[in-house]
Amino acid sequence: MTQNPEQDVLSPLHDEHVALGAALTSFAGWQMPLRYSSDIAEHQAVRAAAGLFDLSHMGELWITGPEAAAGLDAALVGNLSAVTLGRARYTMICAEDGGVIDDLVVYRRGPERFLIVANASNVHVVREALLERLAGFDATLTDESLTTALVAVQGPRAEEILTGLTAAADVETVRSMPYYAAAEATVDGHAALVARTGYTGEDGFELFVPAAEAPALWRALLAAGEPLGLVPAGLSARDSLRLEAGMPLYGNELDRTTTPHDAGLGRVVKLDKVAADGSPLPFVGRAALEARAHASGARTLVGLVGLGRRAARHGYDLVASTEPDAPTVGTVTSGAPSPTLGHPIAMAYVTPELSAEGTELAVDVRGRREPVRVVALPFYRRPR
Amino acid sequence: MSTDLPADLHYTVEHEWLKDGSPSTIGITAVAADALGDIVYLELPKVGEEIVAGAVVGEIESTKSVSELFSPVSGTVTEINQDAVDDPSVVNSDPFGAGWLLKVEVSSTGPLLTAEEYAAQTAG
Repeated sequence: MTQNPEQDVLSPLHDEHVALGAALTSFAGWQMPLRYSSDIAEHQAVRAAAGLFDLSHMGELWITGPEAAAGLDAALVGNLSAVTLGRARYTMICAEDGGVIDDLVVYRRGPERFLIVANASNVHVVREALLERLAGFDATLTDESLTTALVAVQGPRAEEILTGLTAAADVETVRSMPYYAAAEATVDGHAALVARTGYTGEDGFELFVPAAEAPALWRALLAAGEPLGLVPAGLSARDSLRLEAGMPLYGNELDRTTTPHDAGLGRVVKLDKVAADGSPLPFVGRAALEARAHASGARTLVGLVGLGRRAARHGYDLVASTEPDAPTVGTVTSGAPSPTLGHPIAMAYVTPELSAEGTELAVDVRGRREPVRVVALPFYRRPR
Repeated sequence: MSTDLPADLHYTVEHEWLKDGSPSTIGITAVAADALGDIVYLELPKVGEEIVAGAVVGEIESTKSVSELFSPVSGTVTEINQDAVDDPSVVNSDPFGAGWLLKVEVSSTGPLLTAEEYAAQTAG
């Protein structure tokens, strides 16, 4: 992705970020906050209390119409027609060859209404692919990416903070909302779509509101949350939190050369989708993904813990051992020092014979070979 | 962008600072420390090592990225800041003071900027 800050889209919360002294960064065509104070402090606040994130760069695509569900079943790898009203589903849009075009969260908002949240860098390609795939269906795509703001409250105190601002009639709706569900609720006087989803490994909520209402909602959430330990948190903390939680990032763990199965997410591919007559339902990528589901010897995503202090990073070579002549056996997709665990962590693709927990490997950290060990994902799981 | 640069230091375009002395002291500027984010690891040369102006003499690793440390001078390393190696966050909290990195017996210097020149360069 080329970075051209002068042409970046500004978040509806841009003035709030500037007022808070955020370090801004160019990300997927947007100027977004990288951090407000300290990456580690923001990360730890989300684990211990709560963080407030601006995710307005994410794409919001509405699919509506009598054949919205059938169209999405044909366009995506998941079984969207089976999603219960009010619930959400993590799914992917794949190419004919099974490569991932984007990973998506799809919210069912009505029998004939679905909200798709796409990664900022992929909104355009997802929209174009959906328009093509839905052409034969009685369904309409509406792109509300630029008029919708998305704010996330994530952390163990998120429910307490949010319910404190929620209209009395809606408090129980928010409180009893299960993970991966959404409902309309009035928060600080704003009509919001409130979803119990997130990307941090913590409990938390994502709030969709019209862009013009976002600044007031943001300030209200900050004011209500600060006494409970909430801090504004930037993209840097978001990345280290999702890495600890073992969640894939498009462009790192997922891309057009990767299938969902490679990333350990084969469960999102619903090969048992059937048409009305009971025959296998066709969807884009089906043949390739069926073959991949049964392939042995394919690469697989693993977790790595660093045994030294230096962290592996995206793109570094994974090598067989710390010996200077040890061969390359994979590539690191994401890596960072883990603020929660206190040692470096990483994810990487390897062949199945190297994927067993406890396997000792090494990472080439700028010419020096640092020992790493294969571990189960996620690195961090929140206490329940 | 911070403009409160100590006027008695020299600076480089690579965001190091140099304080003249016998030996001289080297660190990185607040601008560099802020840009890196939380610093978690320092790789510094060894005491006694001969270093060369403009050459890479170490690495500074933050939660988000890795940056190379360039030497503003040629000379011999006489001391490294072990407190900063043990707790690199001091480079973020006090880059011009307790977060210094090296002391060097200088034999020659590379291209250096005044505080005003460095501020002008980082302002853009």
